[in-house]
Parts: sequence; structure tokens; C-alpha cells
Amino acid sequence: MSDHGLKQSPAPTNAAPRRKSGAGVALACVAVVGLMVGASFAAVPLYRLFCQTTGFGGTPLIGQEANARVVDHAIEVRFDANVAPGVTWKFEPEQPRVSVKLGETRTVFYKITNVGDAPATGVATFNVQPDLAGQFFVKIQCFCFEEQTLKPGETIHAPVVFYVDPDLLKQPETKDLSSITLSYTVFRSKNGSPVAATAVNADKNNL
Amino acid sequence: MASSSTAAHADHADHPTGLRRWLFSTNHKDIGTMYLLSALMAGLIGGFLSILMRIELQEPGLQLFSNGQMFNVVVTGHGLIMVFFVVMPALIGGFGNWFVPLMIGAPDMAFPRLNNISLWLTICAFLLLVVSLFVSGAPGATGFGGGWTVYPPLSTSGHPGPALDFGILALHAAGASSILGAINFITTILNMRAPGMTLHKMPLFAWGMLVTAFLLLISLPVLAGAITMLLTDRNFGTTFFDPAGGGDPVLYQHLFWFFGHPEVYIMILPAFGIISHIISTFSRKPIFGYLGMAYAMVAIGAVGFIVWAHHMYTVGLSLDTQRYFVFATMVIAVPTGIKIFSWIATMWGGSIRMTAPMLWAVGFVFLFTVGGVTGVVLANAGIDRELHNTYYVIAHFHYVLSLGAVFGIFAGWYYWFPKMFGYIVPDWIGKLHFWLAFIGANVLFFPMHFLGLAGMPRHYVDYPNAYAGWHRIASYGSYIFAFSLLVFFYGVYVAWRRKERAANDPWGMGSPTLEWTLSSPPPFHQFEKLPRITGSSDH
Repeated sequence: MSDHGLKQSPAPTNAAPRRKSGAGVALACVAVVGLMVGASFAAVPLYRLFCQTTGFGGTPLIGQEANARVVDHAIEVRFDANVAPGVTWKFEPEQPRVSVKLGETRTVFYKITNVGDAPATGVATFNVQPDLAGQFFVKIQCFCFEEQTLKPGETIHAPVVFYVDPDLLKQPETKDLSSITLSYTVFRSKNGSPVAATAVNADKNNL
Repeated sequence: MASSSTAAHADHADHPTGLRRWLFSTNHKDIGTMYLLSALMAGLIGGFLSILMRIELQEPGLQLFSNGQMFNVVVTGHGLIMVFFVVMPALIGGFGNWFVPLMIGAPDMAFPRLNNISLWLTICAFLLLVVSLFVSGAPGATGFGGGWTVYPPLSTSGHPGPALDFGILALHAAGASSILGAINFITTILNMRAPGMTLHKMPLFAWGMLVTAFLLLISLPVLAGAITMLLTDRNFGTTFFDPAGGGDPVLYQHLFWFFGHPEVYIMILPAFGIISHIISTFSRKPIFGYLGMAYAMVAIGAVGFIVWAHHMYTVGLSLDTQRYFVFATMVIAVPTGIKIFSWIATMWGGSIRMTAPMLWAVGFVFLFTVGGVTGVVLANAGIDRELHNTYYVIAHFHYVLSLGAVFGIFAGWYYWFPKMFGYIVPDWIGKLHFWLAFIGANVLFFPMHFLGLAGMPRHYVDYPNAYAGWHRIASYGSYIFAFSLLVFFYGVYVAWRRKERAANDPWGMGSPTLEWTLSSPPPFHQFEKLPRITGSSDH
């Protein structure tokens, strides 16, 4: 035996085994597990809320009213329209790009035609590129907040009302930005239920 | 050494045999042995898959695989098997079960039957994962080929077949097993330490296991949640990660890496503990800075939970977010540095004996440091843009896991083999195994740094001729490493062939931990009279 070890002495012969109940510790552990499973599911709505409030990952913000402050600094906004397989829509912006002053409220229209021979329901998801511009791109009104059903051959002109927040110039990553792309992708609405989940808080008076 | 009065227990009446002993086992040592065996089996399969990969990559063009999907299925299988069914069962289930009760002076684990469930859940999970390789996955192919991270949308819409569903169930079962194991370890360590063994006198391996158990407890439920969402996205029409329904695939990455990053510490912390004991034993010195070593592991575990997005620098995080994750990630180098320098300080001035386990331990310190340094490089968001998903990343995580955790496993194997099985593996065999593995692994993984810096991406079955040279050398290295395993098995064979009995403390170095006070192998039931720890807090 070296001299650096834990020193042991034989336990007293009648020492009762010192065993506390493990149930308390085990229950606490189970509670932690339950809490973490709950937290992982709670992450879904929290993450969505986080994206909507901060514009994280190119999620455009949803505003209720026009911006009061207009800055004399123009930026180009490009429009992009995509249709996922399975939706019989022809979907395109009426102008491919517009130049807006920061803070200026602008309305643009998308032209949507159902080219199929059955009614088609679609819902558009939207995103802004570059991602970091999402927090400065504010939509006041958008057809994308709700799903649309188009009869065969029907055409609608769907409006988007937006402005670009002048605070764009304050962020080092975005101050030199010359253009922002607003992109839509139309998906088939699942089971006819409204699944435009990113727009849960949107005002229902659009369109 | 308070010589063990325990030899008499060997012929204890309650000593089940045959099926009752192994299948229904509630004995921590038998369960530990079965965990080690299952890790060995899984390791052979996972290693076989990696050799297939290296044969394919030895030359440009397609040799072994008819397409990239098959190759990626093998890559994915290798990753999942090595993480969940080799490293974790060996370090946690194997050495953890064997030595945590012995080191803290407990008769067994707190919940022996739960321990049995954990073991068989792991084995069922492994079978599910192997099945998943052979059922249909992507159209016209079998198995899941999306990498061990299982990112959507490739995992939700790219693999319509049931292969990934098997994989998800395998991860669920393995996760449940690890959570139950973690509860067992926490309860055992908190409640069943021998009288007088305070937490601050507890051996470092037990400390490593305690921190590991907490990491498992907190991180695995998040993985379970994420893959459950994946499962319902795939089969029940939910859209957690599907933009078509307002979901976001990046959310999966956040959830996965909230688990995935602590997971890499789960795989290395028990090895840290093993290495500390070996270096202390064969330097004939108590470990340098015991409390610092213990709390460095706690710090690594805690900080490990707040650095996950350094795996996601390329998903479009804002610069401020990236700055935070760069900084937080680099902070981990501090407690890790404390450990590395404390190991070196332990050896400094010690009377070192370069036995086989000591060689493996010193090899571990060297290789883990190499992997740690490339980790600091990759922690930089700017550099990571360039190196993301290249072979540089593969080299990095194999240096810390394949060469870190696996060298830790072999170090523990040679250190504790006489204790676990009562026989001696001739030291020269362990040393030969070490040198072959050390050379093989370095020849295998070091060139991958160059491939990654030159831009070779991961998960590709083929590559331009420009990469051929280093790929060929890496493949040669993998064959040397595979050959070293034959030496490993030869050592096991010789031990059982010669049946040279091991003494209680076969290394004769007076290691201070309690397992060496017992016979080799320890009696079926130990510590019926609990040892009483009265001495200093030297370790």
C-alpha cells in the first residue's frame, strides 16, 4: 500500500448499511426528463414567436400601420414567386422589382391564375433574402396571411403592402444593402385547414 | 491496503448461473461485461462499415458502391453505430457500471433491475438500427443516407421508405436506455457512496460519470422531442420542420445540436476520468489539482449546453449571434486546458512506468490535444465558412472521438482487464496494439486535415483526382488500424489461454481507488461491510 491512498479502516461490524432511499433522487431525475421533453416541444411555438418578433432567419415583420419616417435612401425590392408541385396556380408579380425609399409604404400586386380545371387552394409562405433584412421588412397587408381558393380559370390580383424600416441603415451587416428579395412559395393547403402558421397573428382583414 | 475480507463472498449462495445470470442479470459487473461485449460487437460492425468507406475512397471513381446513396447509408450507419452503440455503451454502460459502484464503495447500482432494462433496450435499439440499413429508404435504395444528424428536409421528404422510421425508433430506445442509466448513476453516486467518501473525495472517474449522467438527463429528452417531431412530420402530416405548413427546418438543427453538442462531452468525460486514474497510477503520484480536475469537468458539461449553434454557422445567424457562439465555444478551451495541463503536471516529476495502459493514456492526451486545437480553429465562424462540412471537420472530430474516446476505452480496457477478468494480458501485446493503432489512426486521420483545407467535402463517394494522394494514404492508415484490432483479440486470447492470475493490485503501484482492494475478479457481491473512508483527500 502506498502512502498516498485513501485510508480505510474496517467498518464497525454492526454498522447498518447506510442506504438512503433512491426514490427521491430518481423522481427528481424523471421530473428533469419530463421538463426537457416539454421544453423541446415548447421550442416550436417559442421559436416561431421569436422569428416573428425579431425577423430572425428572414421572417418579415408584420406591422399594423404605415411608418411615419421616410428617409431619402432608395433600395431595390425584388419579387420572386414560386409554386410547389401539386398546385395548379400560375403565380407572378406584376412588376419584377420596385425601387422604394426607406420608410415609404408601397403596394404591389401579384397576379394569381388557377390554370387547372378544378378549384385549387393554396397558401403562400414568405421569406426575405438576405435573412438579416427580415427584421427591417415590414408587411402591413398581404394575401399570404390567409389561404386562397381559386375557381378554375379565375384570376386575382393580390396586394402586398409593405415598407422597409429605415433602421436598416443602423445595422452594420445591412447598411450597404442595395436590394432585398421578397420570395413567396405557394404550397397546397394541407387538408383544407389553414396552415399559414407563420401568420397566426395576422390581422384578418386582409383582402 | 486493507486486505479484502471479501474472497469469502465468492461462494455466496445467491449466485445465479446460465440464462438467469446473464439474461435477467441485476449484477452491475455482469451488466458491465455485457455492455462491453455489445460495444465490441457493434464496434466491429461500425468499423467494418468504415473500412468499406476507406476501400471506396482509396481511388477516385466508384469501386465498391454503385452509387452515392449507398455510400451515404454506410456513412450514416457508421456514425450512428459508433456514437450510440460503441462509445456510449463501452464508456458509460461498460466501465461506468463496472467501476462506479466499486470506486465509491457501493454493493451495486441503486436500481439493479432498471440497469438490466437499460442494457437490453440498448441491444434492441442496435438491432433496430441494423434492420434500418436493409429496409427501403430513399426511392430505389435501402437505408437512411442523410448523416447521423438526420436533418430535414432530406429526412422528411427525401426518404419515403421506413428505414428512417426504424432509425428513429432505434434512437428512441437507445435514448430511453441512456436516460434510465443516467438516473441510475445519479442516484447511485449521490446516495450510495461509502461512509466518509464525500463528493470531494470521490474518484475522478465517478465524477466524470456523474457529470455525464446529468448531461444525458438534460440533453437526451431534447433529442427525443426533435426526432418525435420528425416522426410525426414523416408519418402523421404535422409540419414542425416543413415550411409548407409554417415550420422551419432550422429549428430541427437547433434542437438536434442542443442535444448533439453535450453528446460529444458525454462521450469524452468518462474517458477523462479513466485517463486521470491511469496517469496518476503509473506516475505514482496523486492527480495534480484534483478539485480543479473535477470542476473542470463540471464546467465543460455546463458550458457544453450553451455553444450548440457553432455547428450552424452557415444557416444565416446574425453576426452578433455568431460572435457569441464563437466566444462561448472558445471558453471551453479553458477547462479543457486545465485538464490537459493537470495530466502533464501529474506526470511531471513522477516515477513513470510506461505500461500498456499508460501508453494508451499518454497517447490519448496527445491526440485529444491535437483534436482540441483544430476545434479551436473551427470555433471561428469566419474560418468555419471555409471548412464547414469538409474533411477538416472529420479529422477534428475523429481526433477527439475516434482517437480520444476510443483510446480512452482501450486505456481503460488494459488498465482494468486484470481486475475485471482476473487474468493478465501480456504487456507487450497492449503496447504493440497501441503503436499499431497510434500510427494507423494518425496516418488515417491526419491527411484529412489537408483534404479538408483543400476543399474536399464530406459525404461524397467520389472526388477529383487532385485529392487522390491523401485519400490513398488515409485508406492505408485505416488498414493499419484494423490490423491493430487483431493484436487486441490476440491479447484477449492469450489472457484466457494462459490464465495467469492477477493479484488484487496487479500493477503493484498502490493505486488509491477502492477497486484494487478487492480480489481480481471481484467477488459476485462486494462491500457487504461498507468500507469506511477516513484518510486524506489525496487521489
